[in-house]
Amino acid sequence: MSSLRAKLAAARAVGSVARVSGRGGGTSLPGKVLLRLDPHALTRLTSRLPNGSAVISATNGKTTTAAMSATVLERAGHRLVHNRAGANMAGGIASTLLAAAHGSKGMRGDLGLFEVDELWVAQITEQVQPRALLLANLFRDQLDRYGELETIAERWSEVVARLSESSRLVLNADDPLIADLGRERANVTYFGVEDHSLAVAQMQHASDSKHCRRCGAPYVYDAIYLGHLGDYHCEVCGQQRPKPSVYAEQITLHGTSRATFMLTTPLGSRAVLLPLPGLYNVYNAVAAAALCFALGATLDQVVNGLQGATAAFGRAEEVTVGDASLKLLLMKNPAGANELLRTLALEAGELDVLAILNDQIADGRDVSWVWDADFELLVSHVRTIVCSGTRAAELAVRLKYAGVEPSRLLVIPDLSQALDRALEGARDGRVFALPTYTALLALREELASRGHVSRYWEAAA
Amino acid sequence: MAAELPTLRVCALYPTLMNIYADRGNLLMLERRCEWRGIGFELTGAGIGQALDPDAADLYYMGGGQDRDQMLCATDLYEHKRLALGAAAERGALVLGVCGGYQLLGHSYELGNQTLPGVGLLDANTVRSDGPRLIGNVAIEVDLPGVGTRTLAGFENHGGRTHLGPDAEPLGRVLKGHGNNGRDGREGVRCGNVIGTYLHGPLLPKNAWFADWLITTALELSEPLAQLDDTLEQLAHADACKAAGL
Repeated sequence: MSSLRAKLAAARAVGSVARVSGRGGGTSLPGKVLLRLDPHALTRLTSRLPNGSAVISATNGKTTTAAMSATVLERAGHRLVHNRAGANMAGGIASTLLAAAHGSKGMRGDLGLFEVDELWVAQITEQVQPRALLLANLFRDQLDRYGELETIAERWSEVVARLSESSRLVLNADDPLIADLGRERANVTYFGVEDHSLAVAQMQHASDSKHCRRCGAPYVYDAIYLGHLGDYHCEVCGQQRPKPSVYAEQITLHGTSRATFMLTTPLGSRAVLLPLPGLYNVYNAVAAAALCFALGATLDQVVNGLQGATAAFGRAEEVTVGDASLKLLLMKNPAGANELLRTLALEAGELDVLAILNDQIADGRDVSWVWDADFELLVSHVRTIVCSGTRAAELAVRLKYAGVEPSRLLVIPDLSQALDRALEGARDGRVFALPTYTALLALREELASRGHVSRYWEAAA
Repeated sequence: MAAELPTLRVCALYPTLMNIYADRGNLLMLERRCEWRGIGFELTGAGIGQALDPDAADLYYMGGGQDRDQMLCATDLYEHKRLALGAAAERGALVLGVCGGYQLLGHSYELGNQTLPGVGLLDANTVRSDGPRLIGNVAIEVDLPGVGTRTLAGFENHGGRTHLGPDAEPLGRVLKGHGNNGRDGREGVRCGNVIGTYLHGPLLPKNAWFADWLITTALELSEPLAQLDDTLEQLAHADACKAAGL
């Protein structure tokens, strides 16, 4: 079995077997097999893409930013090879390429678009040699798996140092840890938010990266938008936030449904009606816009694409269950959870919530992060919270100490029973579900078995 | 008529830098459990460059931090707060260090070619190992004055291995998990009213009984605390024990 073609065929067979035998979506397994047979498969297969590849990484928003970029780029006429099911390590990306490859040289698609796990950026970038690399943010996340932010930032600075001169780097000006990665480079696009009216009064508790990357003095913020993202400078060494060339201003947030803003770019300014909620999605949208400009999209294509964006899997995705609507809001880490909670608090009326905390490896086995998230924001808005998952009781304790009355809290570890209870108790026909990652997969599987959604690998195909 | 209830005064050391494992959860547990019983609660912080008053708190708390932040704090702690913290412990205040905070309460923390000075309130030395970090759910058995033998459950995630001096007593015996160094089955240190432990997660929400022990001990109460409805807290404790494999 020497030819790449034969290896592709062998790896594909594994994926079919995995699906038939019910072992999940089989989204990364064929790719893992392929990489075992041919460690250079990523380089070989991406070199078939006439318009090259783009790589996206961040702690928060990777999947949504990639989905928004895909909408824009498809409208710009590209046929994408995109790991849209969110399998974002080498195996998942190899699987995506495998599914698109045909014959000995063919590829169904002209441009690769890959969201990549933070710890895999070095390896994937090395092999894929992207035309554009978007690094959007770094937040405190799953310390048992990712380690400290500083460690990831250092790895990323090595990636940037090795990145080809001709590759465009797209960076978030508002994240000091990210913006500093562009310090030594010329070919950089910065994006950000310019709207001091959205600033929060003080830095959230779980914020990191509060000290100057160059001299160690605390940053001074003229505006804090989200976690440690904002308009900052160092009074000791004079380091400043770089001026973004692609940014959002005049932002208005409309509950859990949408946001509007003015998108300003070197190609002009346009009003955007984004059909996804929250400031975090405005950040995802300007990141996607900056990446798409770097890949040659026009302002019309970017605006139309953003306005046609749909929720990525489990990210503000709405599911109809009989007479009720269930909104799925994936929560992964304090910064991400805080933005969801802040957005939920904009909703009118009393909220019925189904919160699901699991402690599998993909969730983070250490559940301490729920104590860093500002559940206090929910207190005056909730009618009931059904707590479910392997650490349901820990979540209920967190909510109790945030100030939610215990009589409003229900602990039902079993997901199916918890879903039933949440739907029965939803007085105005809507339930907001806040699952961690494996809980989202389990919840979607439960909804699929009841016939309310398709399975994720079907949706992604 | 019952005597007037006192106020628990807590001082958090480096609250903005040494807080990586959601240490505020520990402080929130203390605050609410005092509040629900009508006990006053005062929280102050002492950051880099700020003086520490050895008489101003009943409980001094220090959590964990990233390497870079821990180094900044170690130097400040040694140079500006060591004597005051020693005086506070001497007069009977409780001192609790978790994870990085625990490491700095010992004699020193050796990290490759540099050594962070500790304040020496605990007879322990920590050395950063080339081996894997010790990560996972953990449960230990402790024996504390007034409560007898109890279980503490939490999560540990540390690169340093801590070794106790000949006279030091561990906080507890490892039932599941790694403990101080992954070898000797001991976890944490307790030297009278100074306590260090690697258990975070955070510690107190998973062990409400220990939060109450800290309140009782810090305030030197002779009467037991009023009972609270701890149904949820007990479930969370049971889940944490189960996660550790008990």
